[in-house]
Amino acid sequence: MPAHTLPQWFTDRQATAKERYENLPMPTRRDESWRFGNLKQLDFSGFQVADPVDADALIARSEGLESTAAKFVFVNDALVSSESNLPDGVICLPLAEALESHSDLVEAHFMKQESRLGSAKHAAWHEASVTNGLFVHVPKNVEVDGTIEVHHWIAGANALCFPHTLVITGESAKVRVVDIFRSADEVSPGLAVAYNDLFAGQNSKLDYIALQALNEVTRMVQVNDTSIRRDARAKAFVLNTGASWARNESLSRLEGSGAHSDMLSVSIPAREQEYDQRTFQHHVSEGAYSDLLYKNTLYDDSKTVFSGLIYVDEGAHQTDAYQTCRNLLMSDRAEAHSMPGLEINADQVKCSHGSTSAQIADEEIFYLCARGIDPARARQLIARGFSVEVVERLEDEGVEALVLSFVDAKFACITNGGA
Amino acid sequence: MPEEATVTVDQETQDAINIDRSKGDFRFPERNKYDAGRGLTEKTIDYISDVKQDPDWVREFRHRALKTFLDKPMPTNWATEDLNNIDFDIIRYYLSDGERPKRSWDEVPADVLETFERLGIPEQERAFLAGVEAQFDSEAAYSNVKEDLSKQGVIFVNSTEGLKEHEEIFRPWFGKVIPTGDNKFSALNSAVFSGGSFIYIPKGLKLKQPLQAYFRINSENFGQFERTLIIADEGSEVMYMEGCTAPKFETATLHSAVVELVALKGAKIQYVTVQNWSSNVYNLVTKRGLAMEDAEVRWIDCNIGSRLTMKYPGVIMKGERARGEVISIALANDGQHQDTGAKMIHAANNTTSNVVSKSISVGEGRSTYRGQVHIPKHLKGCKNNTECDALLINSNSRTDTYPAISVRGNQHATQHEASVSQVSEEMLFYMQQRGIDEGHAMSLAVNGFINDLVREFPMEYSVELKRLIDLEMEGSVG
Repeated sequence: MPAHTLPQWFTDRQATAKERYENLPMPTRRDESWRFGNLKQLDFSGFQVADPVDADALIARSEGLESTAAKFVFVNDALVSSESNLPDGVICLPLAEALESHSDLVEAHFMKQESRLGSAKHAAWHEASVTNGLFVHVPKNVEVDGTIEVHHWIAGANALCFPHTLVITGESAKVRVVDIFRSADEVSPGLAVAYNDLFAGQNSKLDYIALQALNEVTRMVQVNDTSIRRDARAKAFVLNTGASWARNESLSRLEGSGAHSDMLSVSIPAREQEYDQRTFQHHVSEGAYSDLLYKNTLYDDSKTVFSGLIYVDEGAHQTDAYQTCRNLLMSDRAEAHSMPGLEINADQVKCSHGSTSAQIADEEIFYLCARGIDPARARQLIARGFSVEVVERLEDEGVEALVLSFVDAKFACITNGGA
Repeated sequence: MPEEATVTVDQETQDAINIDRSKGDFRFPERNKYDAGRGLTEKTIDYISDVKQDPDWVREFRHRALKTFLDKPMPTNWATEDLNNIDFDIIRYYLSDGERPKRSWDEVPADVLETFERLGIPEQERAFLAGVEAQFDSEAAYSNVKEDLSKQGVIFVNSTEGLKEHEEIFRPWFGKVIPTGDNKFSALNSAVFSGGSFIYIPKGLKLKQPLQAYFRINSENFGQFERTLIIADEGSEVMYMEGCTAPKFETATLHSAVVELVALKGAKIQYVTVQNWSSNVYNLVTKRGLAMEDAEVRWIDCNIGSRLTMKYPGVIMKGERARGEVISIALANDGQHQDTGAKMIHAANNTTSNVVSKSISVGEGRSTYRGQVHIPKHLKGCKNNTECDALLINSNSRTDTYPAISVRGNQHATQHEASVSQVSEEMLFYMQQRGIDEGHAMSLAVNGFINDLVREFPMEYSVELKRLIDLEMEGSVG
């Protein structure tokens, strides 16, 4: 995008971010936010921003939901296809265009929060380097039926991209956005440093679903930042089936009473895949509700790290906050680390967290075998059912089917079909 | 605050303070023959070694530990910044009245006896005690192992005597469960340790009565660095009880103990602590047990008081079917931070561990649970259960939970649960309606919250615990 079309505030922000990126130290072993994390994965040398290639072929492969409210296809951050049947008043544009046409609106919401879960340096890198992404603004009282579907492709060897998704709902508005991250082929290493800003205005509904199915030589850093106003309800869901290493940082800030946040994730690592997830449920206001459910099914030599924190500010009384991380270990070499945390500075609070790690019990297999299902199939069914419990929380048949199609595709490429 | 700083108060205030002093909040004139002075250098180490007539290997051990202590950074990357307020240069690392450990009550100096009287030791001696290794300042002022115990082969001595007279038993395990370099404070303890108990229970001996020691800090700015090592030989059983109360002083006091437990095949060790430090004490303790095949190590821990307590009793389950357990109660009042937890290291097949932790935050108190559960690769059938519950009393009370659970492989089961709650309005209303005032209702509710854990403590401790909690809850409501 030619620099002269960018608003001054944005070029200033990018310049400061570049400086911050260069000055911030790399995370070290002493950083709690990287405990159990694999710092070796942070060597990002050799990746370069790349031009879009094979656009037509990738557009053809960009299949998702049967019907969509709008559909965008990006290849290496460049928009190659778009279609939209959105109601009047809804702004849904590539970020590059929105920066020109709705500069003030973007400025008021773009990367407002400081990154506190360990990837401040990478967030600064994203801010300094971002060129495009999707901008969605749904005005007051407008409800978008259906789903905005966005495909992000990484194409070519050592391609680097910075996908950005910025979604704002006005009072009593409603919208759902699905981001799908994939690689053009199975052999080219790539790197995605993604960021998404979600703002749920008063009494609105905002669902955000990220499906990460990159090839297994690609790495991804994804930072999510969600703000939820009074009586609003936000859902953020992350699926990890791809990438050699993925780091997700997800922060939900409850800024008004009656605010409701669902933080959901399903991860199915196999072979030597590693997923490192850090979450933060920040109760700023009293009388808000947050519920986190992360489930990992681990195969082969895979590894997961979950670190979650419920943080209740002083004065945020009548908080209800829950956090659950469950690990299903399908191999005797897989490795799961869980660090569920609570920091409570208020009272009249209901908070709990739970974490479990276990394998499928012999009784469960026996029960299914007794009904004529062979043991391998029984294990498959139980592993799938374990993830379905989270997917069902999306409460939309079409989207649930889409997510499960990625889950099934993953099981299909694990030895014994995920048994 | 410089230690010379004094505050002028009028007579009336002075009287009020004097009257208000709670049990255990008293002191006697210092009477020390040996004093290593303030600050920590190679000279301090040599002074301690000279006074204690350490064997050469102990002297070297201390010097190496000092180097490790100086090299290690403060763990403020995960722990509270309050650690930086410890001024290691104004602490006295060794203080002793230079008298030989006493053998009978008659020989104990009158003022020391009075201290024990107020702590209730004589009654417990009559009722329960098998042996007393009571610590007044850094040396044992009184030491008594009942004759029948020594006849059975039990060794119950202080650390100095243990290393000198029973080197062949204690040296092989000394510093093995908690190596010097484990953390900054274990290194500090290894450099300057004095006092503490060394206990050996011979094969197959199941002690029916608990062994007990009381620790006290009685000199301003004087830290206690006890070193305790308990070895339970194959098939033996022992319960050890330790309790602390400390007089209040104007400047912070440092307490940094190291406690090592070794439960050999089939042995069982229960270590019971009730600590009630005054709220200027830094209590930074490293406690760890090693459980061999079929052995069991249980830590039963209650922390009340102190400015900052950091204590994470651990069990390394090294033999098959070993069991580890931590049961802990923490109460944090104004200006106090209870940073406690548990560490469970599974290192053999079919090992099981259990952690139950309950904390209560009163006023501006802060309680923290920090835990680690580690199950490495290629093990089978390991199980862990962790439960932590926190109760918040006032609107400015604070609680945190930071567990870390690492599981490798699919032959194990772990579960962790934590909850935070407060005393419900309905419960208080119900009790008030029956004529119980709000303060007592709150006390009852808090005692109810920890009741199932209190039952794990020996009887006289659970009575004392209830009293302490009532005392802490005074003035927290209304």
